[in-house]
Amino acid sequence: MTDLLSKFDPLIEERETLLATGVKDPFSLVMEEVLSPTVAICNGRETILLGTYNYMGMTFDDDVRQAGLKALEDFGSGTTGSRVLNGTYSPHKDCEEALKEFYAMDHAMVFSTGYQANLGIISTLAGKGDYVILDIDSHASIYDGCAMGNAEIVAFRHNDAEALEKRLKRLPAEAGKLVVLEGVYSMLGDVAPLKEMIRICKENGAMTLVDEAHSMGFIGENGRGVVEDQGVIDDVDFIIGTFSKSVGTVGGFCVSNHPKFEIMRLVCRPYVFTASLPPSVMATASTSIRKLMHSGNKRAHLWENSKKLHKGLRDLGFELGTPEAQSAIIAVIMPNLEKGAMMWQALLEEGLYVNLARPPATPANMTLLRCSLCAEHTSEQVDQILGMFEAAGKAVGAI
Amino acid sequence: MASREQIMEKVEGLIGPFNNKGVELKEETTFANDLEWDSLTVMDFVAAVEDEFDIIITMNMQAEIENVGQLADAVAKLMDN
Repeated sequence: MTDLLSKFDPLIEERETLLATGVKDPFSLVMEEVLSPTVAICNGRETILLGTYNYMGMTFDDDVRQAGLKALEDFGSGTTGSRVLNGTYSPHKDCEEALKEFYAMDHAMVFSTGYQANLGIISTLAGKGDYVILDIDSHASIYDGCAMGNAEIVAFRHNDAEALEKRLKRLPAEAGKLVVLEGVYSMLGDVAPLKEMIRICKENGAMTLVDEAHSMGFIGENGRGVVEDQGVIDDVDFIIGTFSKSVGTVGGFCVSNHPKFEIMRLVCRPYVFTASLPPSVMATASTSIRKLMHSGNKRAHLWENSKKLHKGLRDLGFELGTPEAQSAIIAVIMPNLEKGAMMWQALLEEGLYVNLARPPATPANMTLLRCSLCAEHTSEQVDQILGMFEAAGKAVGAI
Repeated sequence: MASREQIMEKVEGLIGPFNNKGVELKEETTFANDLEWDSLTVMDFVAAVEDEFDIIITMNMQAEIENVGQLADAVAKLMDN
């Protein structure tokens, strides 16, 4: 009998080698208690959270929690059904209304996760004979959406508008084309040149989808994302987003002004063939989304935090993923996985949690310590964080 | 229209800058095993081939191409279309 798991032997070996050096497993941390959006107890120790994507700190918002509790009381713990059968309750429709208000768009469709939103929309829109053109550093959910569909897939160099244009011009003029872009790329925290890219897509007859998972609630005057910030929100065909970052719960969505968009509810398999989200999750999401519309001060504070952390880390001598803070993600580039894991553990022992990101999730085989800031981090916490990076960096010889 | 031989010659020329190990190139030379390219190198090389011949090699096609000879065949076919 062939052991089907033997294909993972190299990974098992790599993990064993890493753990043998004495570092803790960076992928099995447990949060024993969560005190606030920015502080938890890990290994019995109070730990500042700097790797949660909880950008706007909505997880402990009083109104959000109250709305969830009320929906749990009123509608029960779950729907036990698909959105197109028995799984659409009034909180699901209200959540879609909240999204339409937030983006000022005609249609909104809520999925059970952000991953499923990309999987469903991309695989359904682009069929046999169509083309999906994507950035090589796209998120796994975008690649999986491509793999699930039957379209031809064309990749171009990260954030390279000229490479995109060249490829679009080589494709058959009459073929259906979907260009998939992200506002903020989650590994390095860099922003896409959407203004230029969307213009190129329009000129070459391609429809556009922008994943704004890491910018919703934060970037743009009304928090509508990089498309709003760069003034192209009216030119994109579809925006994909998630509730598991700024919104502070779980779920995914697609918003659009396309007049035929509603048919997607019947033809999109990752929407149809799964249970809908619990009504309590929908109530927390819609309450949070409506509050995010009026969170200009929090957005300003999050920018301050991001800029301060970026400058502080750079001054300490760390190599960072972007020349300046472009989003609330600040990526510290480590020379290799072993050093990265040592630094990760040293930070945890100092009382700081960041994400350890490694290939294949990262571009160019990089090992990253990825920091994501929260609007609820105080300026004093950012000072503390910088102190912890200095101590850990010196202890492991990273600076 | 370029002949198969001319295409092969150009492809070998494009492999050059990425052939860090100085592997001798034959029709059967594989990109993953013989040249030991990672995904990033493949991406850069594919872009160079696409620009040279003014074609698109989709990721679906790339999955079927394992060696230098198969690449030359694919380029010839794409230029025919």
